[in-house]
Amino acid sequence: MGRPPGEPGRVAYLYLLPAFVLYAAFLLYPIGRAVQISLYDWDGLTLGRWAGLDNYTAILSDERLRAGFGHALVLIVFYAVIPLAIGLTLAAILNHAKVRGLGFFRTVVFLPQVVAMVVVAVAWRRVYAPDGTLNALLGALGLDGLTRGWLGDHTFALPAVGVVGTWFESGLVTVLLLAGMSRVPMELYEAARLDGAGAVREFFAVTLPSVRGEIAVALTLTVIAALRTFDLVYVTTRGGPGDSTSVPSFEVYHRAFGLGQVGSAAAIGVTLTVVIFAISFAINRLADKGTT
Amino acid sequence: MIMGRSPRGPRTFAVLAAGVLALAATACAPGSSAPPAPSPAKTAASAVRTDAASLGDVTLTVWDQEVRGGQAAQMKQLNAAFEAKYPNIKLKRVSRSFDDLNTTLRLALSGNEPPDVVEANNGRSSMGQFVKAGQLLPLDAYADAYGWKTRYPDSVLRYSRYSADGKVFGEGNLYGLPQVGEVVGVFYNRAKLTKLGLEPPKTWADFQAALEKAKAGGEVPMQLGNLDKWPAIHVFGTVQGRHVPAGQISTLAFGRKGASWTTPENVKAAEELVGWVDKGYFEPGFNGQGYDPAWQAFGKGKGVFLIAGTWLLADLEKALGKDLGFMLPPGAAAGAPPVTTGGTGLPFAITAKSPHPDAAAAYIDFITNADAMKVLTSTGNLPVADTAQQSVQAGPQQDVFTAFGAATKDDGLVPYLDYATPTFADTLGAALQDLLAKKATPKEFLDTLEKDYKTFAESNG
Repeated sequence: MGRPPGEPGRVAYLYLLPAFVLYAAFLLYPIGRAVQISLYDWDGLTLGRWAGLDNYTAILSDERLRAGFGHALVLIVFYAVIPLAIGLTLAAILNHAKVRGLGFFRTVVFLPQVVAMVVVAVAWRRVYAPDGTLNALLGALGLDGLTRGWLGDHTFALPAVGVVGTWFESGLVTVLLLAGMSRVPMELYEAARLDGAGAVREFFAVTLPSVRGEIAVALTLTVIAALRTFDLVYVTTRGGPGDSTSVPSFEVYHRAFGLGQVGSAAAIGVTLTVVIFAISFAINRLADKGTT
Repeated sequence: MIMGRSPRGPRTFAVLAAGVLALAATACAPGSSAPPAPSPAKTAASAVRTDAASLGDVTLTVWDQEVRGGQAAQMKQLNAAFEAKYPNIKLKRVSRSFDDLNTTLRLALSGNEPPDVVEANNGRSSMGQFVKAGQLLPLDAYADAYGWKTRYPDSVLRYSRYSADGKVFGEGNLYGLPQVGEVVGVFYNRAKLTKLGLEPPKTWADFQAALEKAKAGGEVPMQLGNLDKWPAIHVFGTVQGRHVPAGQISTLAFGRKGASWTTPENVKAAEELVGWVDKGYFEPGFNGQGYDPAWQAFGKGKGVFLIAGTWLLADLEKALGKDLGFMLPPGAAAGAPPVTTGGTGLPFAITAKSPHPDAAAAYIDFITNADAMKVLTSTGNLPVADTAQQSVQAGPQQDVFTAFGAATKDDGLVPYLDYATPTFADTLGAALQDLLAKKATPKEFLDTLEKDYKTFAESNG
């Protein structure tokens, strides 16, 4: 194929250069450096000692860390799967019912997203306290048997943290899906109706396939949020009780700044990055496949 | 579709990955710009100068964490007095909260122009690592010149001592000097005790009887909020001090070889603490209650006892006034020598790269001398030395001064248990949450601690 006249293709790369320099300086270089540090046994102060892949094998054999990755997977359910279910239902209803004050509802649903996570965490810490709102509510309903120190309970601490994530992410997912659904032409719904489809059938036949792209975006964002959860755990439980809510990101911080095991922290960080990359890649592959 | 794949996606990615790897391979090893260890020659006693006024014009950069109430007040007052006395020395003060200081100090010290004087946390993962990296100056020569070793009890100075390689904690060179003391003891609500017909208990048996009576009287016997993981460490340390000899606790807590967590005495201590849970001495859900809400609840009159450190004195006194009392954990018999967890505030250290170590030492001496201790007292702090000489009003502050004086006089202070190994704060905090929630038996609990302690003590040599 011939080149368009007067436009040497290689010059185009020159236009990319400024952005690439920034990208390289603030993203590629730090990533490379993190990978490098993860291959050393380094306390952040003295000369590092080459450790090869020791830090990585240690991650695999460290039961506590494996548990941490397990907790992150549980959080995916609360951060991504449940919000997706809630978001789909809510968006379908809002989109269809032609409710008055749609803008108002959209704002309310989206509100958690604009509050800083630390603030959210402090607020929920009060809700879950033994003398907090949740227990007061249960008490008022006569369910005193269910009251407990939620964040200090070995069984319920992780789900309790997860529910905060659900509350936080549902709004984002809903708004994303709502935007997608509003693009679906009315004719499609009319056609479905004429073919005798009920509301449920219509949802699965028309709405769901049309918002596949938005679902992929929502899942990517929320899954990443779940896997890199840090502030929520840092403020609410610090990984406790015992180790029942420890997550990889918290370990990265803890090892680098608390224990001075910078090499090990970098190895966890790199592993986490790879896991996040793999999962988002898989999600997008699946979404792509569906459309072609 | 987002993140759509262009035909050359994989190749671009491969090129990028190769670039990243090349970058990683060519960059120099992390920490290769770290400073070399300082020559020990600097520490000879003859070389130090204590005539601060004749040191010429000097600017000292000081990093501290004295940001709250009385702490900030004393620092401001002492710094002003220092600059007035030595007009040739200027102070450049940087103060940060404890957490911020902890995370930024590591970077600051590895730079080429670190601050001259820094407040460094005593523990192995802070001061210990800085010593190992040769970033702090041994202060023994200054200690001799200024007489610090005679003014400060040895049980206090050892919290700032490390071997030159940073491996042994609690003995060796002196790397810092603290201003204030800390001791963990029992706060009590005097009004509630009176209502229950009780006196402040004199023996450990009396104390447990008082807890029982408080329970029977419908009070919360002991306030505890353990969501933050570490608060129960102080409660366990208090119980442990009644059962385990002080020498063994020190060996365990400094992470030295030669002791064990799995002794019958430690088992007894763990069992007694679990017994308190069984008898309902703590409020239900205490593992899910925050530390601050818990002591605040005590301040509002909920709870008869609270095991905590003297750092809560100012706030609790404000809340409870004359109803607040403080005592050292009572011993097996009345008048038994005191044993309790305690230590010091963060010690002030001099960085190895500071060009003005003499001026820095003069500053540290100034903020810790006898006059400074008076300033500390008048601003509501607990001075670490000369505690008995201070005159304070009767009441909770006097209780605290008496308690700290008694504990240091008889060398009754045992170190914080979480000093033991770099990971021990976490290990112990998590293990205690498990123990108190009955997810671990006392034996399993102690096995967990033993494993962390033994692994570290063996590898540390």
